Amino acid sequence: MPAVSKGDGMRGLAVFISDIRNCKSKEAEIKRINKELANIRSKFKGDKALDGYSKKKYVCKLLFIFLLGHDIDFGHMEAVNLLSSNKYTEKQIGYLFISVLVNSNSDLIRLINNGIKNDLASRNPTHMNLSLHCIANVGSREMAEAFAADIPRILVAGDTMDSVKQSAALCLLRLNRTSPDLVPMGEWTARVVHLLNDQHLGVVTSATSLITTLAQKSPDDFKTSVSLAIARLSRIVTSASIDLQDYTYYFVAAPWLSVKLLRLLQCYPPPEDGALRGRLTECLETILNKAQEPPKSKKVQHSNAKNAVLFEAIALIIHHDSEPTLLVRACNQLGQFLQHRETNLRYLALESMCTLASSEFSHEAVKTHIETVINALKTERDVSVRQRAVDLLYAMCDRSNAKQIVAEMLSYLETADYSIREEIVLKVAVLAEKYAVDYTWYVDTILNLIRVAGDQVSEEVWYRVIQIVINRDDVQGYAAKTVFEALQAPACHENLVKVGGYILGEFGNLIAGDSRSSPLVQFKLLHSKFHLCSVPTRALLLSAYIKFINLFPEVKATIQEVLRSDSQLRNADVELQQRAVEYLRLSTIASTDILATVLEEMPPFPERESSILAKLKTRKGPGNQPGAEEARQERERERERSLNGSAEHKEGGAAAAAKTSLYPSADLLGPTGPPPSTGGSLLVDVFSDSLQAGPAPLDLAPPNTAVSEDNFSRFICKNNGVLFENQLLQIGLKSEYRQNLGRIYVFFGNKTSTQFLDFSSTVNCPDLLKTNILQPPRPAAQC
Amino acid sequence: MRFMLLFSRQGKLRLQKWYVPLGDQEKRRLGRELVQTILGRKAKMCSFLEWRDLKVVYKRYASLYFCCAIEEQDNELITLEVIHRYVELLDKYFGSVCELDIIFNFEKAYFILDEFLLGGEAQETSKKSVLKAIEQADQLQENIDFQMRLFPVAGRHSQKASSELVSQSELVSQSELVSQSELCLPVLVLVLNQGLDGVLVPNMASESSGLFQN
Repeated sequence: MPAVSKGDGMRGLAVFISDIRNCKSKEAEIKRINKELANIRSKFKGDKALDGYSKKKYVCKLLFIFLLGHDIDFGHMEAVNLLSSNKYTEKQIGYLFISVLVNSNSDLIRLINNGIKNDLASRNPTHMNLSLHCIANVGSREMAEAFAADIPRILVAGDTMDSVKQSAALCLLRLNRTSPDLVPMGEWTARVVHLLNDQHLGVVTSATSLITTLAQKSPDDFKTSVSLAIARLSRIVTSASIDLQDYTYYFVAAPWLSVKLLRLLQCYPPPEDGALRGRLTECLETILNKAQEPPKSKKVQHSNAKNAVLFEAIALIIHHDSEPTLLVRACNQLGQFLQHRETNLRYLALESMCTLASSEFSHEAVKTHIETVINALKTERDVSVRQRAVDLLYAMCDRSNAKQIVAEMLSYLETADYSIREEIVLKVAVLAEKYAVDYTWYVDTILNLIRVAGDQVSEEVWYRVIQIVINRDDVQGYAAKTVFEALQAPACHENLVKVGGYILGEFGNLIAGDSRSSPLVQFKLLHSKFHLCSVPTRALLLSAYIKFINLFPEVKATIQEVLRSDSQLRNADVELQQRAVEYLRLSTIASTDILATVLEEMPPFPERESSILAKLKTRKGPGNQPGAEEARQERERERERSLNGSAEHKEGGAAAAAKTSLYPSADLLGPTGPPPSTGGSLLVDVFSDSLQAGPAPLDLAPPNTAVSEDNFSRFICKNNGVLFENQLLQIGLKSEYRQNLGRIYVFFGNKTSTQFLDFSSTVNCPDLLKTNILQPPRPAAQC
Repeated sequence: MRFMLLFSRQGKLRLQKWYVPLGDQEKRRLGRELVQTILGRKAKMCSFLEWRDLKVVYKRYASLYFCCAIEEQDNELITLEVIHRYVELLDKYFGSVCELDIIFNFEKAYFILDEFLLGGEAQETSKKSVLKAIEQADQLQENIDFQMRLFPVAGRHSQKASSELVSQSELVSQSELVSQSELCLPVLVLVLNQGLDGVLVPNMASESSGLFQN
């Protein structure tokens, strides 16, 4: 039954609302709304000053229209008038309008702030509450500037009413969230902590939330709250249900307050004081015990409230991570919930167990539930619960159960939802790599991944498998064989072709002895997929072909025929055409020695942190590192680039130390190390290219100022590269040329972890060059 | 809590409370997307889901979905109980509340919500205290009106610095106040009649059913 509104029922508003509801179509609705808007506009502009009731009614109508989803661009002035009125309902509507339709007009903001200021100073608790609510709802920077200093005073003043204290506390909380710098810590912080002892539990509730947020900003100020919180919590937990009267919710004592106190305690490490810690442990044990007792009520609210406190207590136990008994008990409790009837509890249990699994005390206990979790993965009907189960399997994986878990995740992947597939793929890849004892298993797993979920296998995953195969000699033959067999399937995913092409190109010779996988067969197999692939894959395959020419001279002619065909040499795509032309030329003019050097086997990749892990952490699209593909293209292009004209390099005495902290450590496949300097992304690429480009590692010259001649001569062919490198310092050169003008940049990179002091660099210009230098050398920005 | 949405089974937003500063367009977009996601879930599914980088807790009461978006570290079960407590408050205030109440008295719904939650956190968890505060506020208004009626001239002076004229309708508000229930009925009857005429008003039955009935 639509109830009586106690107070003013605005009849016009009710009529308007029912009109809108009765509109048969969207157009009718819009027409009615426009009519009303015109009416209101004329009333607002009219000569006759509107009385409070009408103003209230119209402003309310505007609010309703806005909440329906239409834009409102007037009415703010009237709303501000309303909130300055003395009538409570008018004030209410005025404040509501302002809170919902936030306006950035500075005059209005000034007026609003004035209105609020008056209300705050009015000593009328209802008015004060209204204004505090408005500040909390809007929480804009201007309001924070105006009021952030006053509210703490109101909060701790002795004569403030309880309800106002509550509002003030949460209002301060909101202001702190939006403008933390404007809320100053002061002597009021001690008084706020003291509020935890207040008689009125509503005040305690609000104060706890406030302290939790502020403690994250400046934990030291609120350290004293820990003991008070523990005392309060134990009083609540051990209280009989009649003690707390209205704060008991379905036979659970003050559940909201308990949860908030437990949250507050999670901001701090376990208390050092033995007695305090004992009390807290007692508290937590009582909560755990209560969970085992038969429920006092059949209602779901009772169990929800009880379990809410329980889960928060478990979160605290996990956070402290210091009491093994509590951890194991928590784990057992969660284990019970894993098979509970109610889906919500199963979901939460799976989620909490994820965090438990990472603690050393309870890791073993968590593992005992693996069968239940796998069962959940297979039988749960709710996809979000299945997702949690996958997360838990990932968290509890270690050497002993890795194979089992990966197998389960793979079989789940076959039927999984599209939205979560990519994450599962990444997780399987990480697990397989981390716990692989026998790398043949790893290779199998990744190939399976590609087979099952090829589209979701991102580049990082298959770069990684190639990286590992190249780094490990023992698995290369196996990889070649498996990939060969996998490629023979009639329909294989493009990623598999990429991996297969690369691996056969590098290691096809290991299986060439077998007649079933002779070079010609390998080539035919790869070429059969050629036309089905996209351009990047084809580019990769072309590289594989030239590698075949090097490995298997007997198929040289066949491959050259393929390269010579028009579809390659005149291919519309520039990359493919270039590769075909260059590879063809290379194969014809280069002698076997040169070919062998050029197409030497890839050196092992340097060990870096897996980029898959980084991607898993961000889960937001592919990383933005130069992929192995692009880096390889760069390399090959540089090898075959024609002579670029000589570059003149005369470098004066290198400085002894460098102040800049450029870190040229971008690696091929891993995430960058310490962040590159501004404007340095190109720079970073430059250095990484030169780092990985040369087949031989750079000579580490002795730490003196002489620069090796070898390094100079490299710059005949290259514009960019490393000039000098030792343990402390790396000097790089970058030059650009246009017709008769050239420019050289010299970069000094600090390779140590400490900052250098007193860096200076000088450039000595011998007379010969002086006339040619148009601009005197100047130091670039330090970065 | 980041925000709370109430919407009907047809996806119409009945109440939206945002505890984070966002632009209007952004709010509308988020609201639409979340509503679609929730409406797409089946009946027996879990009340929690991960959406974007937030946790969403929702529950359906009769024809209304109550949906809250909370942060990573918030407790889901207690949020379910926050929703329940809010419904209880509405129920007590309106007397067996249904969706129609919230539609026609939306401003009251916001006021009640403000008394219970502020800045995204529960400020007062005692049902009696919240209801008492709201009643006090209502009383305040009735007292003012009563005063105005009894002492129309004196009342005007006893109000502090009010620049609005008291209109005629205020002075006759006595009859309004007394016959509140009758006031609402004609509106209701109007709507009902239209329903009975055969014009489809699809939400009628569900919207007038009490929220606690299912």
